[in-house]
Amino acid sequence: MAPDTGTRTLISQAQLRRGRGRAAYWTLLAVVVVGFTLVFLGPLYWMVTGALKSGQEIAQTPPSLFPQDPQWQNYADAWHNLALAKLLFNTFYYATGAVLFQLVFDTAAAYALSKLRPVLGNVILGMMLATLMIPAMVLIVPQYVTVIDLPILHINLLDSPFAIWLPLVANAFNIFLLKRFFDSIPEDLMAAALMDGATPLRTLWSIVLPMSRPILGVVSIFAVTAVWKDFLWPKLVMPSPETRTVSVGIYAFAGGTPMNVVIAASVIAAIPTVVIFLVFQRNIMSGLTTGGLKG
Amino acid sequence: MTITTAPGAVRAADRPGTSPPAQARRTSLGRTVRDQLTGHAFLIGAVLCFAVFSWYPMVRGVVMSFQRTRRGETTWVGWDNYLRILDDPSFWTAWQNTFYFTGLALVLGYAVPFFVAILLNEFRHARGYLRILVYLPVMLPPASALFLFKFYAYDPSDAGLFNAILKAFGLPTSQWMQSPEMTMPAMVIASTWMNMGSAVLIYLAALQNIPGELYEAAELDGAGIWRRIMHVTIPQTRLILALLAMLQIVATMQLFIEPLILANGAGAEDSATSVAYLIYQHGFFQNDLNGAAALGVIMLVVLAGFSAVYLRLTARQD
Repeated sequence: MAPDTGTRTLISQAQLRRGRGRAAYWTLLAVVVVGFTLVFLGPLYWMVTGALKSGQEIAQTPPSLFPQDPQWQNYADAWHNLALAKLLFNTFYYATGAVLFQLVFDTAAAYALSKLRPVLGNVILGMMLATLMIPAMVLIVPQYVTVIDLPILHINLLDSPFAIWLPLVANAFNIFLLKRFFDSIPEDLMAAALMDGATPLRTLWSIVLPMSRPILGVVSIFAVTAVWKDFLWPKLVMPSPETRTVSVGIYAFAGGTPMNVVIAASVIAAIPTVVIFLVFQRNIMSGLTTGGLKG
Repeated sequence: MTITTAPGAVRAADRPGTSPPAQARRTSLGRTVRDQLTGHAFLIGAVLCFAVFSWYPMVRGVVMSFQRTRRGETTWVGWDNYLRILDDPSFWTAWQNTFYFTGLALVLGYAVPFFVAILLNEFRHARGYLRILVYLPVMLPPASALFLFKFYAYDPSDAGLFNAILKAFGLPTSQWMQSPEMTMPAMVIASTWMNMGSAVLIYLAALQNIPGELYEAAELDGAGIWRRIMHVTIPQTRLILALLAMLQIVATMQLFIEPLILANGAGAEDSATSVAYLIYQHGFFQNDLNGAAALGVIMLVVLAGFSAVYLRLTARQD
């Protein structure tokens, strides 16, 4: 019946294979598969099809399961009236930059902390990890004040993509994840490279990075989804309509826009992250479980 | 790198009849300095970002909470900001609401993922599909998911998804976000649906590390399924359970986007106002960044209190 995975869990394989256990197993599995599909996929179906209903149809009782007369116009309205192309482009731009900045600075820092080990390295690492304890909401006001008037330079970063990119570099979770991965790269390899006269930069580039593709992938995916899902910070530091992210843009228009058009826009805004998830789900799940924790 | 070069230099100096030790020491000193500089050069980008956007704001937040900036002039005002925040009629309501949300989210959003993970771990079929389903909502932008809840699920008329389902089962319908009693449970349901996926996957990974022999032994001793969960599963995963409880408390205490989108901020009769929303209100609508900073410090102290309790509890267990 079942492919034996060899690991024993709460209930033994033997018990599940016998008459009553077998019936119970299949019944429960069927109930869970149907139940989970309804609970987790159902609302998404409701969202995609609801946005196709006319204003009249959405208000009818009981609600219809399929749109009677699909109003594709709702999606077109969402696209044009909310300038979704611009909003999606902005978000994509911020996400790409966030990936690049995090990959460059966090990888370099993790490499230094793991392999070059300069003096005070552990103190710096400790101070970085300490920021994981500080809830984001506590920092939101002083961070905002800092961004509108950078210390020493006195530059205002409002509406500048750097206001999103640079704070994201200060991501202790990434540095921890990368450092732990670099720690597992044998010291012999590094010593050999040093003997061959390779500089630290060259060692990082030609030895460490090629070995670290999986973890770099995980960090990149988390960076993209973090930017795509973030709401309050981009709402504060990107106040102009031209620089908004897609979530903030939809929120800004929600008041004066028909309900179904807002939902249509929400569907479009969700497509990129859902596609990323379906394509990279293995990397995401392994990053989430082996890499430790990310609430 | 310093550690590997330094002993080598000492050995060269000790050995008699080798090349002048002074020169060896000078080059190794040069190397050490250069290695140090390289190390710090690799660190500088990240350290600067941490300093400007994380470490400095932490200090600045505390400093700001004792100052007042009016028309570009900043003065020290002692505890004034704290007193003004405590005077805000919404202050205690916000804390009540936030604790209520955190408590409800612990009951629902904490226990449910654990049992879902236990259930999923028993299945030998459809594992990948079920995992994808559970995690899918985590990948939606919260604003998208919350508009879905706001407009379709929590529609207070009978055309709303939840009311239609309740009606189909002959149950009384609800006003959802229009009713002060239902506001919090409705926000917890939406929040749990959006966020439980990560907890489920983390628990699943922890469950897979439990040695099968433990279940075997418990079964031979006549322990039923429930007792095996109580005496094997939970003790074996208690560290991760405790850690996720802590993380969840910290996350739910920062409740913000749910009230903002589902309840337009305060909600019916102030039933949705959260502490984080109050910070946002003071800082960005009432032109009171100093008061907002003071509220942030209060929040930090409360959360630090929770962490201290957590550390004591986990330390005692080990």
